[in-house]
Formats: sequence, C-alpha cells, structure tokens
Amino acid sequence: MPEPILNTRGLTAFYKDFQALYGVDLSVDQGEVLAIIGANGAGKSTLLRSIAGLMRNGADQIAFKGQPIGALRADQVAALGIALVPEGRQLFPSLSVEENLLIGGRIKRPGPWSLEAVYKLFPILKERRNQASTSLSGGQQQMVAIGRALMSNPDLILFDEISLGLAPIIIKDIYDALPGIVGGGMSAVIVEQDISKALSVSSRVYCLQEGRVSLEGATGEISREAISRAYFGVE
Amino acid sequence: MDWLNAIVQGTLLGGLYALFAAGLSLIFGVMRLVNIAHGDLIVLAAYLGLTTTVALGVHPLLALIVVVPAMAAIGYALQRGILNQTLGDDLLPPLLVTFGISVILQNALLEVYTADPQKMNAGALETASFDLGGLTLGWLPVLTMLVAIAVIAGLQWVFYRTPLGRAFRATSDNQDIAQLMGLNKAHVFGLAMALALAVTAIAGLFLGIRTSFDPSIGGGRLIFGFEAVIIGGLGNLWGTLAGGVILGVAQTIGAKIDPGWQLLAGHIVFLLILAVRPNGLFPRVAA
Amino acid sequence: MNLNDYSVTRTTREARIAALIGVVVMAALIAAPWWAGRADMRLLSELFLYLALASLWNLMAGYAGLVSVGQQAFVGLGGYMLFALTMFAGLHPIVAIGLSGVIAAAVSIPVAALLFRLRGAYFAIGTWVMAEVFRLVFAQISALGGGSGSSLPVDIVKSLAASRSGREALSYWLALAAAAGVVAAVYLFLRSRKGLALTAIRDNELAAGSLGIDILRAKFLVYVVTAAMTAMVGGLIFLQKLRISPDAAFSVNDWTAFVIFIVVIGGIGTIEGPIIGTLIFFALRETLADLGTTYLLVLGAVAIVVMLKAPKGVWGFIRNRFDLQLFPLGFRVRFPEKRKGD
Repeated sequence: MPEPILNTRGLTAFYKDFQALYGVDLSVDQGEVLAIIGANGAGKSTLLRSIAGLMRNGADQIAFKGQPIGALRADQVAALGIALVPEGRQLFPSLSVEENLLIGGRIKRPGPWSLEAVYKLFPILKERRNQASTSLSGGQQQMVAIGRALMSNPDLILFDEISLGLAPIIIKDIYDALPGIVGGGMSAVIVEQDISKALSVSSRVYCLQEGRVSLEGATGEISREAISRAYFGVE
Repeated sequence: MDWLNAIVQGTLLGGLYALFAAGLSLIFGVMRLVNIAHGDLIVLAAYLGLTTTVALGVHPLLALIVVVPAMAAIGYALQRGILNQTLGDDLLPPLLVTFGISVILQNALLEVYTADPQKMNAGALETASFDLGGLTLGWLPVLTMLVAIAVIAGLQWVFYRTPLGRAFRATSDNQDIAQLMGLNKAHVFGLAMALALAVTAIAGLFLGIRTSFDPSIGGGRLIFGFEAVIIGGLGNLWGTLAGGVILGVAQTIGAKIDPGWQLLAGHIVFLLILAVRPNGLFPRVAA
Repeated sequence: MNLNDYSVTRTTREARIAALIGVVVMAALIAAPWWAGRADMRLLSELFLYLALASLWNLMAGYAGLVSVGQQAFVGLGGYMLFALTMFAGLHPIVAIGLSGVIAAAVSIPVAALLFRLRGAYFAIGTWVMAEVFRLVFAQISALGGGSGSSLPVDIVKSLAASRSGREALSYWLALAAAAGVVAAVYLFLRSRKGLALTAIRDNELAAGSLGIDILRAKFLVYVVTAAMTAMVGGLIFLQKLRISPDAAFSVNDWTAFVIFIVVIGGIGTIEGPIIGTLIFFALRETLADLGTTYLLVLGAVAIVVMLKAPKGVWGFIRNRFDLQLFPLGFRVRFPEKRKGD
C-alpha cells in the first residue's frame, strides 16, 4: 500500500464564528486523482483553502508527505509542493499573461513544467503572452490559472471549480488536457459541482455535506443512488 | 524673464517634491498604506546624513552610501515589526499608528539634535551655477531634478521589469493568491517599505543640503509629497513627478507675487486641481 | 419558554448608578469656584475643553469613519473669529463664540465638498492641508497681527465680568458647559435615528447601505456639525488664553495629536472612551510634565501599543471585562433569569 501524499485528520476550519469544516478525515495517494463533490456550501473550497494554507488550522490536522503543515502559511505550503488553482481563476490583473505564469514559477522546484511546457499545453497563451490577463476569455484565463499553478512543479495540485462559468466546449478542452497534466506522477484533488465531470477523471471520490465527509470510495464502485444520498442528505 | 526664471526654478524645486512623493506613492501602490510619518522619516534621513558627514568627514552626497541602506533597514524593520500588524480592512490602525510614529520621531529627534536648525555643508555644490539662455541655474537644483528623474525611472523599471516588481504588483492585486505563489506578504511589504525609505533617504539628503531643517518640519514635507501624489494622479509615478513640478512652480510664482504667498499658492493650486480633477491630472488608466 | 420572559431595555442598572454619580459630580464641579483654587480651575477648564475636542473627534473618527488630522483648522478658526468679531464688530465674547460656530459650519460645507473627494487615509492628510491653508491665510491678515498674532484688548476681556474672579468663574463655567454640552449632544445624536444609522454604517457598511441609509449625507452632516462645535470650543480655548497666533491656533500637536491620543487610549468609538482618555492624559501630563519631550515619546508609544494590542482602548477593555455601558445607546434584550418549561 503506498503512503498517502496528503492526509487530513479531524480537520476543522472557521470563518470567524462560523464553522465550515467539522472533523474531515481524508487522504490522497501518491499519483492519484481524487474528486471532492458536494452541494454549495458543503465546505469543498474551504477544504482546499485549508490544505493550501489560506485558513488557520491546527498544525497536526493536515500532513503532507508525513510532515504536519496545518499551521504553515500559504507561501510555506507552496514551497513544499502544493499548488492551488483557485475558484474563479483569480489572475493578477496588473500582470500580463506571461508575468502571471512567471510569478507561478517563483518557487523553482525541479520538474517538467516551464514556460515552454505550459505554452505547449495551451498554445493560445503563447500568442497572448504580452496581453493583460484581464483581456482574455474565461477559458483562456482558466488556462493561465492552471499554467500558473503548474509552473512551480507541485507534487500535489488542487483544482477548485475549474469548469465554473465556462462554456461546455471549453470545459471539454480543459478536461482533455488533465491527463497530460497529472500523467507525470503528480497527485491531484479536483473539486467540482459537476459530478459526472469529476467522476470521469478521478479514481476515488469523497462527498462532503455540511462540513463532514458523507461518502468515500473508488469511483467505479459507488452507485449513483449512494452519491445523491450523500450529496443531498436525503435518506 | 523674471517670470520665466520663476517657472524654471519652480520646475527644479519640483524635483525635490517628487522625491518626497515617490516613496509615499510606492507604499500606497503596494499596500494601500498612507504613512503619516513619511515627512518625519525624510527629516530623520537628513539628520542621519548630517551625523554621517560630521562623523566621517565626507561630502553629504557620499553620505548616501550610509544613509540609503540605513533607511532601507529601518523601513524593513518598521514594516515587519509594527506596520504589518496594522494592515487590514480597517482604516484607523495604520493611520493612528503612523501618526504615533510621527510624534515619536519628532520628539526623539528633538531629544538627540535639539530644536536648533541644522544644515549640511555641501561645499561648492551649494552655490555653483551655470548660465543657460540668460537664466542662471544652480547645479544643486539641476542635480536634484536629474536624481528625481533617475529615481522615478528606476522605480518604474523595478516595478514593471523585475521579479521584485512583479511580486509587488501581484501582492497589491490579491494578497491571498500572491501568498499561494510562495510570496510571504509580510516580507514583500517589508521590501516595499525598505525601497520607499531608500528613496526617502535620497530625498532627506537633498533637503538637508538645500535648506536648513529642524525636527518639526516633517509634517510640511509630508504635505508637499502628498499634494504631488494627488495632483499627479494616484498610482502614476511619472504623474508624481509632474505633480511635484506643478507644486514647485505654483510656489515660486506665489512667492514672486508676495513672499508670504509661497506655500499658500501651492496649497491653492492643489485644492483647485482637487476640485476640478479629483483623480489628479494623470490617473493611471484602469487595466 | 415564551417570549414574555424576555424584556427589551435601553437603560441598565449601571447606567442609572452612573447617572446618579454624574449628577453629584456635576454639582460639585459647578460649585468649583467656591471650593477650588485658581490653578485648579484653570487646569479643570483645560481638561473640559480637551474632553469636548476629544468627544467631537471621536464622533467623527469612531462613528462616522472620518479620520481627520486637521481639526486644528476649526479650533483656530473659532479662536480667530472670537478675536475678530469682538475687536472689529464689537460683539460680546459669548455672542462672538456662538456666531463663530455658525461661521465655521458655513465654511466647513465647501471644505467638506472638496475633502470628501479624497478616500480614507488621503482624506486625513487632506484635512491637514486645509488646516495649513487656514493657518497661512490668517498669518496674512495684518489686522489680526499677521504671523505674530495679537492679544485680546483689555476692555473686551472686562466685558465678560468686572472682577477677575468673576471672569475666571465665568470662563470656567463656559468650559464646563462646553464639555457637558458636547458629551450630551454626541450622546443624544448617537441615540437618534441618524446616529444609530451611523453606528450601523461603522459596524457594517454593506448592511447599512442595503437598509437605504444615505451614508454620505450622514457623514457630511457629522463633519459640518463637528466643525461648528469644534470652532466654538476653539473660541473658548482662546478666551482662556487671551492671546492668539497662527502657530498656536493651528497647532497640529496641541489640537489634533493630543486629542487623537486621548481618544485612542481611552477607547475609540465609545462615548466613555474620551472621558477616560482625558483623565488619563491629564494624570500623565501632571506627573510626567517635567520630562518634556520624553513625555510625548511615552504618550506616542502608549498610543501605538494600545492601538495594536487593545484597539478599543482602556474603556473597551473595561467594558469587555464587566459588560458595562454607562451611556446606553442601543437596546438590549434581557434574558430571563431561568429558562422555564424545558
């Protein structure tokens, strides 16, 4: 059995007085693509933000490659090899396309990803490299956001709602590119509202409901009924 | 010819005001911080320059070698030690804390250097001049203007052409996402303040060579810098230079009408521009 | 459990006790000319005027979110109006002070129209520029002594009261009335619909906006009213000093720095804060005055530490500890002693 690259134990998270996560236990194996599904407000984004270091969590609640990272800042977590593609893309508007990618490569970890490799994956970005990132279409912006995360050559990449607000044809393009991204041994966690998209690329799935894990299992072994029960909480 | 002379001298004076303003503009751009102690930090730099020239017996311009790194270090320490704690959605903490720092600096300088006006001795540079088309230009004001242009060009280059500038812009855009890129915002802000105070060091030295100074004049320098920033348009460094020049020209023309009107004329021009163009003359075009 | 077990109340037992103590203290203070010495009365007068300035600045910064470092503009304007109106228009000093409030309100309207174009921290520095403009303008008026200033003529001083002790008592009572009047006015304003709206804005601008509260108009009103009252306090300050000069009248240290420190240390955004802060400020000043500039160093450092570590100041600390509110503003729900029926 391979060691999980990441696991959380009893993970809790708060926004001021509001508790968003109630003791989430989860593990991501080396090289696997994990999907996290759940309704709006189930805590999916909070979970990714916690892993990436953007929330305050207990030090031992999150371990990456056996090392506790729950209390680290996001920049420290990033340096260890975790990258987040945030919900809503969140490119830097003051930076050009290429500058957005370059700043993603500030953390220079060894690996296959470079400016050239990203341009090869998304050739349109090379054409638009000197444009303001805000001038791109939504799909192109999403490509920049993914490329920006890849530039640091992370061992674990977190995707938060990458299909949100994009046209189906664009979503297909982006999902078609995923195997090329995670094929090289990189582990990935994909958060999606679109269940079928998430299941199509992942080997295992967790369902979150009101800040707790309501279902967990291999993608092929879980029935639709179990998923909708876990998703909506109907018995 | 008198009027032309006033305009030219005012333009050169604007170089000094642009130096006052550049640091203010930089830290506002990166972290939306308005530092009320900025003027007192300029005066602190002037005193550090004075002490360096006296202690080492060097020319004030050579003192830059000591004062620039010293002010940069003070800036970094100030930001990481105190100012980072004040940043957030609430406007009050940074304002009141920098206001407190301003009062502390003023009184600490009083304690160490007394209230007596001081001046740095720059030798021949203070009086040297040359003729240009019937006008007499002092080398010192001309040098100040050239340095101001160089400083702003340098800041512009750092901001738009270097990884450090990229980090500044990214952190200014979105602190959380910048943190995801491995940028520690506390450190980035520290570097921004260090750079701002390095510029402040240059401003302080040119101030101290040009005129006499005492611990109480910081507020006035803050105001000149602030006026230059607003006249030029927020977030536009070259606009800041233009703002400094407009302020300088207004003051010299005011002084020509009546010596008591020098400062008032500058303020009035500032208020007029605020009334007519609240975003300044050259606001940065929104991307 | 039923709803009748709850009661909604505005006043608290502590507030009633405080009010009672307040009445006793006020009575003693009103009687001061009969029991206090000349120096004590001067000190108390100064304390009252600072309390008035602090309460006004707190109303702006702590409730309306208008952080001004230029209120010396209106202190000085009020002082100069007292001198000008008594010397050139022959008005009685008290009438002149009242009129200076009206003038300051009129002046503050265009000033606010300009300064409100500046956002947040830049507004703060803008107010300072404005104060500088006022200072430079008054330094140009030679009839008022130009840059060196002037003294209030003896016959005007004598018009207040014939005897020296009468004048001292009167100016003491005026200072006391100013402090009590400002605190009461701020309190009543904050209890009013507009005042509660303002507090709502401070606590949540988004929510207040959605309630249809006109944020800008409320802030504008606060700025103008504060300017008027600050100018009247300024008139009283220079009625005590009997001498005015541009540097003294528009001093950023005397009329803004100290006032800000008082409010921050006492507790910004509370009515009690400026009162506590004024008491602390004068206690520190009377004990540390010999230290000169060191005293200001200490004051600045204390203000910074309070801002960073206890942003609600001394009063905020006390209030959190003991759940006290001496000037009840909002309504509170009183929970039943014991839950019945479950």
